[in-house]
Amino acid sequence: MAIQLSLRSGTLTAALEGEIDHHTARELREEIDSAASRTKPKKLVLDFSKIHFMDSSGVGLILGRYRLISQWGGKLYVANLSPNLERIVSLAGLKEICTIYRRDENEQESNQ
Amino acid sequence: MNKKAINEMEISFPSYSSNEAFARAAIASFAAQLDPTLEEICDLKTAVSEAVTNCIIHGYKDSIGIIYIVVKLYENRQISVKIRDKGCGIADVQQAMEPLFTTGGEERAGLGFAVMQSFTDKLTVTSKVGKGTTVTMRKYFSRRLTSNEQG
Repeated sequence: MAIQLSLRSGTLTAALEGEIDHHTARELREEIDSAASRTKPKKLVLDFSKIHFMDSSGVGLILGRYRLISQWGGKLYVANLSPNLERIVSLAGLKEICTIYRRDENEQESNQ
Repeated sequence: MNKKAINEMEISFPSYSSNEAFARAAIASFAAQLDPTLEEICDLKTAVSEAVTNCIIHGYKDSIGIIYIVVKLYENRQISVKIRDKGCGIADVQQAMEPLFTTGGEERAGLGFAVMQSFTDKLTVTSKVGKGTTVTMRKYFSRRLTSNEQG
């Protein structure tokens, strides 16, 4: 499990790598929250392009980060879910609380 | 479901969360004998991960207990996975199975049973307070064409 955090013009991007389950979610949560609480970004992007497995703990991770950045009015973006991950996310109806997109649809935005 | 299994295996391990990845990988590896598609294996791994996580978070809560898994393979590409804990049990199974219901706190989505239900073909949950919970999942892998049939 690995995570890369980068902050660029008010956008905090967390590029996640590996498998997300209840065991690994804890470390991810701590790393993201510590960076987000420090920088209070307007946009938090969770990039799932290198996640090859995720159970509902990943949904919990998304929900929890939504709650956190909502405290200062930040917006949550969930990027590059594979079709398998999208099926789990769709069970939770997350589309109402965050923007879900693929890199190819949003190339310009993610390049900024 | 045919009665006689063509192969079966059992594993048991302590409810450390580091064993979640082991459990789903072990079962996926055993199920590979039925030659499932990648998507079917992914579904199975996800469902197993949910069931094992439930044993860890809810069944054994703040203690460590043993999780018992029995996997059986049947003819016609069917698999059953039974995952059991001897933990606290569930008072109201129906309520626990409702999507978004959780007693796991803010970081849990309450989707465990919903995922098991939608990623397998049959889900049975039996539980007794103070005795533990048993989750049995069955999945039917699609029949794949052999190279002869495809050609």
